Amino acid sequence: MDAFIFDHVRTPRARGKADGSLHEVTPVWLASRPLAALAERNQFDTAAVEEVVMGCVSPVGEQGGNIARMAVLAAGWDQAVPGISVDRACGSGLEAVAIAAGKVMSGQADLAVGAGVESMSRVPMGSSGGAWAQDPAMSARTRFVMQGISADLLASLYGQARHDLDAYAAASHRRAARAWSEGRFARSVVPVKDFVGLTLIERDETIRPETTVESLAALKPAFTEMGQKYGYDSVALQRYPQLPRIEHVHHAGNSSGIVDGAGAVLLGNPAAAAKHGLKPRARIRSFAAIGSEPTLMLDGPAAAARRALGRAGMKPADVDLWELNEAFSTVVLTFMSVMGVAHDRINVNGGAIAMGHPLGASGAMILGTVLDELERTNQATALVSLCVAAGMGTAMVIERV
Amino acid sequence: MNMKIEVVRCEVGADGIALLTIDYPGKSMNVIDQAFMDSLQGCIDRVRDDPAIKGAVVTSGKEAFVAGADLMAMEQNLDRTADDPLPVLFEKYGSLSRVFRNLETCGKPVVAAINGTAMGGGFELALACHRRVLADTPAAVVGLPEVKLGLLPGAGGTQRLPRLIGIQAAMPYLMEGRHASPEQALKAGLVHELAPPAELIARARRWLLETPTAVQPWDEKGFRFPGGNALDPRVAPAFVVGNTMLQASTQQNLPAPQAIQSCLYEGSLLPLEKALRVETKYLMTVACGPVSRGMIRTLFVSKGKAEKGLHRPAGLPPLQSRKLGMIGAGMMGGGIALVAAQRGVEVVLIDRDQAAAERGKAYAEKALGKQVERGRMAADERDAILARIRPTADYELLRDADMVVEAVFEDRAVKAEVTRRLDAVLPEDCVLATNTSALPITLLAQATTRPGRFIGLHFFSPADKMPLVEVIRGKATSDATLARALDFVGQLKKTPIVVNDARGFFTSRFIGAFVDDSIGMVAEGINPALIENCARQAGMPVGPLAITDELSIELAVHAGESQAQTFPDSYRPGRSVPVLRRLFELGRMGRKIGKGFYDYGESGKTLWPGLADLYPPATVQPDPHDLKQRVLYVQAVEAARAMEEGVLLSPADGDLGSILGVGYPAYTGGPFCFIDGVGVPAFVAEADRLGDLFGEHLRPPQLLRDMAAHGETFYGATARRVM
Repeated sequence: MDAFIFDHVRTPRARGKADGSLHEVTPVWLASRPLAALAERNQFDTAAVEEVVMGCVSPVGEQGGNIARMAVLAAGWDQAVPGISVDRACGSGLEAVAIAAGKVMSGQADLAVGAGVESMSRVPMGSSGGAWAQDPAMSARTRFVMQGISADLLASLYGQARHDLDAYAAASHRRAARAWSEGRFARSVVPVKDFVGLTLIERDETIRPETTVESLAALKPAFTEMGQKYGYDSVALQRYPQLPRIEHVHHAGNSSGIVDGAGAVLLGNPAAAAKHGLKPRARIRSFAAIGSEPTLMLDGPAAAARRALGRAGMKPADVDLWELNEAFSTVVLTFMSVMGVAHDRINVNGGAIAMGHPLGASGAMILGTVLDELERTNQATALVSLCVAAGMGTAMVIERV
Repeated sequence: MNMKIEVVRCEVGADGIALLTIDYPGKSMNVIDQAFMDSLQGCIDRVRDDPAIKGAVVTSGKEAFVAGADLMAMEQNLDRTADDPLPVLFEKYGSLSRVFRNLETCGKPVVAAINGTAMGGGFELALACHRRVLADTPAAVVGLPEVKLGLLPGAGGTQRLPRLIGIQAAMPYLMEGRHASPEQALKAGLVHELAPPAELIARARRWLLETPTAVQPWDEKGFRFPGGNALDPRVAPAFVVGNTMLQASTQQNLPAPQAIQSCLYEGSLLPLEKALRVETKYLMTVACGPVSRGMIRTLFVSKGKAEKGLHRPAGLPPLQSRKLGMIGAGMMGGGIALVAAQRGVEVVLIDRDQAAAERGKAYAEKALGKQVERGRMAADERDAILARIRPTADYELLRDADMVVEAVFEDRAVKAEVTRRLDAVLPEDCVLATNTSALPITLLAQATTRPGRFIGLHFFSPADKMPLVEVIRGKATSDATLARALDFVGQLKKTPIVVNDARGFFTSRFIGAFVDDSIGMVAEGINPALIENCARQAGMPVGPLAITDELSIELAVHAGESQAQTFPDSYRPGRSVPVLRRLFELGRMGRKIGKGFYDYGESGKTLWPGLADLYPPATVQPDPHDLKQRVLYVQAVEAARAMEEGVLLSPADGDLGSILGVGYPAYTGGPFCFIDGVGVPAFVAEADRLGDLFGEHLRPPQLLRDMAAHGETFYGATARRVM
């Protein structure tokens, strides 16, 4: 059975720090805003929604205890709507959409939501701990390294120069700034108001259009000390002994930003479309997740993309637009070279380097971003992918209807 | 086997205090074995059940408290226990832990009156007591050194220590095996109080009578882990970052610190009873593996035997040197002079002129000066040591020397000249030792009129730090000379190995096989980064290309040429020679001039890119696993050849020499423990596989094939008979 995308909304992304515009609202409030917006824009009876799947990467504290259910209630949705939180690290938001779509496609739900939230300013990255880094046995077995080290490792393996990584990053800012100035995000982005109705944020707040390769060149590599002083380089070389060393080429300017944000995608089958008067914008053709080598960690998207394309019976050439989460410049450059994707077909409106990466929400956000772009440029197919911590990748293929 | 040995005596005083005295009959040290456990458990039962007993003091009837497990006995059984069924193993490895748990839960207060050194299981016993009073004497050192032998403190040490002082404070003691003096132990909270040795028991009794408690803090309701458990935000970084730093430093070759880290992590999240079960499981895994077996054999058993005169001819009285003649005041001579002076030997330090001799003494001045600066040595102690070193150019001062070490330039003619001058002045029974890393002793002995008194002592640089001396017996070297040389090495508190005379003896030839093969890899088109990383990850301290740069490519080329001249018949150029020559001809002499296999700049060293033009990397590179195997095997095969040729007298010499002298990874226990650990037949098969992949020099010698066929090993019950 077809799973259609009816609508998509996201919040603007705010600096994930105490001075960020979304820091003063609770994560559950933040998570509820896209749900509220979906209901308001589409005027369906929320009681008809049979599942809300919500990605969240640090599901502890304020984001703990199944934030999906609380977000449903905070949004004022009918109490009949169940919620489930999922954590596939950075792929969570897309995975939430995939699970919701899976329920629709298998005939177990007519109307469902895939969503995501992360208030990184209030529940810092890593808050949920976990066996991977902390348990000595697992750290050793997986040869755990911090993600930044993996990024530098990936760049070292592919021989990517700092200049090229920075050039990619500068383009992300340029593209995001242009997209905003041309109103390309207008359909998806809903301003966030607090509980008294004050507007807190209307636009993504980390874009720096003036960024250039030259301005980025001044930044010091962020992971040199971590790699050299705390043993991470050595552990990475245990897996990749062919490298003379790890070149530390990533920094705050060519890595994704830490931000707060939330997004949601409304999905359903043809019957739901008819019943609630919803217009299908796209069809979900396939989705897939894969596991890859955990130390390198960040090269999963290509394998995930190939698997998803295979399921859809498609070739890379059949994809009109690509959207790959910009966790680090190297993730996208590597994907482009491995998959043979030209820069002007991928992340055409910028990405997480410019606008930030609210971990659990990103997948649900960039899916909508590329759908808007397909419509704007009247193209048909897109592939969305994210690299995922501990060596995974997730991907989804959509096609306009 | 039912015979009960009374290892622990139980005497109950009129005050109702039981004095448990550990005093192993017939042993100079208290060690932990089954008899100890049975005896202690008997005492615990009595203390628990006898209503007249109010509490107990545990102390020792020996100078030391308890030295830990009986490793000598353990070594005998190392190969057998691993075959026990899992439940039996678990039972066995948990037995001591259970006895200690019984002690701390016997319902009566127990004090450890630690009268002397308490190591390993001995200190774990103290940790299981409700109070620890330590004798305030420098001899009373406490610690958990198990990790140094590939083991872990498996009788509650990894659980009680962190519950006592916190995870982070416990880490250095557990993961590095750090010791504590009484003062440090009190400060760190390892013990409750210090007492003058004479008052030790009285203090323990007083606490039992006045303020006793029979419950450990961790058995109290509401116990909170000091500093937080492993998931506490204050402690979590010690695991997140600590895990990685550990893997970086061990290259994942050492299971014990890794297991201890897991004991700390998992154990801190459990109540003690469950935590002790987890600890026992980790103890089993490390104790049954080849790493601890090899480390115990070589670093404890063989080292002990070597230091106690494994190869010292019997029936000769031990002699202490009083006056050493040290010829050659370079870095080596200066280092040896320093060690000898530190051990109370008068040193005449000779070089060609006074100034050169003074420079050798300056080495000692600098080294000791640093110690004084850091507060580790008193100035007058330094002065006394330095006063024992007399720099001079005058051989006449050696007329009453009892020992001479010659460490002049590694050249036959130069050494011969010195030998003749020494023969003219040395008293009849003075031993003349030549410090050479490769020249055959029998050849050098041709220069002396007293070949019976001539021997090789191969020190390693820096001589004041390196623990090994390779003793080389020439054809004419007498038993008395060998005994005297070994006594001298013992006097310097160094570990001797004894080998027969052959070019490169054992250690130089052993390390040479590695370096030669590795440089040969460059010519095979193997990526130099891969060579360096695989060698380090196999456990070598430095990559072979880096070490060649350090030692100088120029010197390596010259040494080869000189060998070729000295031994025109037997010299075979190694695989490294063409590569070294090419670099040499391009002026890449090594680290000293900033150009070798590496380029050396301000930001460190990087592999010279031009190497790839000289030796283009092959399109298909070897599997890193195979390369790491090659590094370990090429040396182990060479050691087996040295054994086959009779250069080595025993596997212990080869294993000790390789680890203490030339950096073969300690986790292997040395080449022979390594071969045993792999299993001789499996080793032969793997060496053949590597031979197929990389060349004939990796093939196992006939000795190993024969041993495999006969089911022989180098150690244990199936050990091949030597001599």
